[in-house]
Amino acid sequence: MSLFGEVPQATPVAVFKLSNDFKEDPNPMKVNLGVGAYRTDEGQPWVLPVVKKVEKIIVADNSLNHEYLPILGLPEFRSSASKIALGEDSPAIQENRVGVGAVQCLGGTGALKMGAEFLRRWYNGNDNMKTPVYVSAPTWENHNSVFANAGFEDIRPYKYWDAEKRGLDLAGFLGDLETAPKHSIFVLHACAHNPTGTDPTHVEWMQVAEVMKRRKLFVFFDSAYQGFASGCLDKDAWAVRYFVTQGFEMFCAQSFSKNFGLYNERVGNLTIVACDADNVKRVLSQMEKIVRVTWSNPPSQGARLVAITLNTPELFAEWKDNVKTMADRVLLMRASLQAKLQALGTPGTWDHITQQIGMFSFTGLNPKQVEYMIKERSIYLMASGRINMCGLTTKNIDYVAESIHETVVNVQ
Amino acid sequence: MALLKSSKIISTVGVHPPLGVLSIRASSWWSEVQMGPPDPILGVSEAYKRDTNPKKMNLGVGAYRDDQGKPYVLSCVRKAEAQIAAKKLDKEYLAIGGLGDFTKACAKLALGDDNEVIKSGRNITVQTISGTGSLRIGANFLSRFHTGARDVYLPKPSWGNHTPIFRDAGMQLKAYTYYDPKTCGFDFQGALNDISKIPEKSVIMLHACAHNPTGVDPRLEQWKEIADLVKKRNLLVFFDMAYQGFASGDIDRDAWAVRYFIEQGHNIVLSQSFAKNMGLYGERVGGFTVVCKDAEEAKRVESQLKILIRPIYSNPPMNGARIAATILNTPDLYKEWLREVHGMANRIITMRELLVANLKKEGSTRNWKHVVDQIGMFCFTGLKPEQVERLTKEFSVYMTKDGRISMAGVTSGNVGYLAQGIHAVTK
Repeated sequence: MSLFGEVPQATPVAVFKLSNDFKEDPNPMKVNLGVGAYRTDEGQPWVLPVVKKVEKIIVADNSLNHEYLPILGLPEFRSSASKIALGEDSPAIQENRVGVGAVQCLGGTGALKMGAEFLRRWYNGNDNMKTPVYVSAPTWENHNSVFANAGFEDIRPYKYWDAEKRGLDLAGFLGDLETAPKHSIFVLHACAHNPTGTDPTHVEWMQVAEVMKRRKLFVFFDSAYQGFASGCLDKDAWAVRYFVTQGFEMFCAQSFSKNFGLYNERVGNLTIVACDADNVKRVLSQMEKIVRVTWSNPPSQGARLVAITLNTPELFAEWKDNVKTMADRVLLMRASLQAKLQALGTPGTWDHITQQIGMFSFTGLNPKQVEYMIKERSIYLMASGRINMCGLTTKNIDYVAESIHETVVNVQ
Repeated sequence: MALLKSSKIISTVGVHPPLGVLSIRASSWWSEVQMGPPDPILGVSEAYKRDTNPKKMNLGVGAYRDDQGKPYVLSCVRKAEAQIAAKKLDKEYLAIGGLGDFTKACAKLALGDDNEVIKSGRNITVQTISGTGSLRIGANFLSRFHTGARDVYLPKPSWGNHTPIFRDAGMQLKAYTYYDPKTCGFDFQGALNDISKIPEKSVIMLHACAHNPTGVDPRLEQWKEIADLVKKRNLLVFFDMAYQGFASGDIDRDAWAVRYFIEQGHNIVLSQSFAKNMGLYGERVGGFTVVCKDAEEAKRVESQLKILIRPIYSNPPMNGARIAATILNTPDLYKEWLREVHGMANRIITMRELLVANLKKEGSTRNWKHVVDQIGMFCFTGLKPEQVERLTKEFSVYMTKDGRISMAGVTSGNVGYLAQGIHAVTK
């Protein structure tokens, strides 16, 4: 008789199962458009040149060791990472109208986790699990789990993706903001919405901000693709910075997995904007307690890499260049795919491929069509129809375009 | 390295806001957030850093120091790092359960290469964020799936962070007698008495070796009796092994209790840390193992562990795990590592002997035998809180209030000073 006799087999996390199935597929034409990691035009992972450089610097520096970082992480990482999100010259920061703090976390997931745990304990009362948490429909599938595991009992969708027009459902979004209970938490994608690749325009963000301010809703940005969307860090941070100018106290979960290509080093930062330094101080002291019972202190390697890069002008410039390289390749693949589908005369409109931004595209393929793509064409994509543009290369784009064409024509 | 000025961004708790800031803002969401107390263990290091006394000693946190009082990066670690760098590996996400080469080697290290558990595939071992992360995943797993009982029994005393970890995961904390303050040793009868009363199916936490904070470990014969009693009581055993190799200098000896329990039929859960024995503190390398009934159960348990891990940090960090895996899986590096661990353990044993010798030299008439009887990084001096406070205030010797000192912070250069201070506050 085992204590664990009743433990059921859990369903595997979809995106990792997809990669697994891809790996086991013997078809030489197979294409993996699943998990969100950058690939070169050779279909290979890419360790950024600047990262290689900085790794050499670290190895050569004998003064470095493997000692524990402080609970909240490497100070020079935290401050430079927050600056990336909020802007060096943020007027709010310069004029001390806000206090800014940060917690180094394990990737974007870890930052969301810390923010969620803190909010559950200290926001809208104490240990209030009933505060509604709104996540976009659709959203990154782990958002739900992060907040649920932090104890929140009421996680709801807010309208976001309009499947028919293949764009933002602004009216629906604003409508949900208007009817959400006061103090509800809203998880907003800072840029390059995952999975749809559809971002609000500046004007639309301003409308969102107006409602959120008026209705006292909590702003929790998820920023996993800064730099990756447009190729420009500042452009991609527009929404976050705009909200700061509007006086919001907010959280911003940052990931350096994609824009630094540091996926497995787990480099993330939770940036906290509060109305003054004293509030930040107390918030950070409570964050320490949460960190201590979760991972004690964060891993040092990735944070060191990022800190050295961001704080050394030549390296910082090189990094921005590397980021642009990645973003540009994605933009090129978008343009190529759209052009090819158009040339093939594939039924439907395909402008959304170039209008969407970032790593992902919501193709609009339905589950049956997705299944066909996987089974008949060995092209692996998420059941939602999400494709990772990075999985496309000049060598496979024709095969993919033809496959989409064949699928759309034959499967309804 | 040019550091951008970050005066406007709060980097540390306790930093004062720039002068001239007026809080004319609207009220904050966080007005009711209280200032959290400093961590009792890590807070000691913060206080130490602020002290300007050149003779100050940090005997707080358990991080190994060499005889110059400096952090020690193991030679096998540097070699492993060089090997890894030469391979030019990518940075793709690890699986949720971590690096396979690491988790396999991690399990073998704890259980022994030829352990039947590993051969039959009935263990699941996942990579975790060092020991803390491992305990947390374990606590979460028990909280969700151990429907038999909510209670976790910790030895009295235990590592300070055990309680908040289990509590935060939704478990209830209880204790069993362990340390005998009269002898500064193991209260074996007291432990047996308490354990015999623990309700069936409760979780009992055992420190595999080098008990933290006391340094007091059961003898082999005592472990056997404990194993027997625990089986009679039908308790779920949670081993915390953060110091394998560090206690006696011999990794097999230090894992003896873990292996014995498994041999006796206990399907344990086990947390391992490589922070101390490989000096990989900040890289956060650890493992969590569940010994299951069979391979099929192990697969089910594995699937659930992944579900627990994903919403916390998705997948674990690569760097430290790669280093550890390289060392464990490369015969030359492995041998070198065993020598280095032995060396670290030996230095600590030597410091224990020196401390006692110096205390005698100072003229102390107290019984300090426990200092050499205790094992591992920590020594439970027997000092009372008032004495600890004096030691800190008057001698700038930093340690935790419970009288625990990290022997790793003691060197041949400062052991005399430490003896002076201890004698002064205890005579």
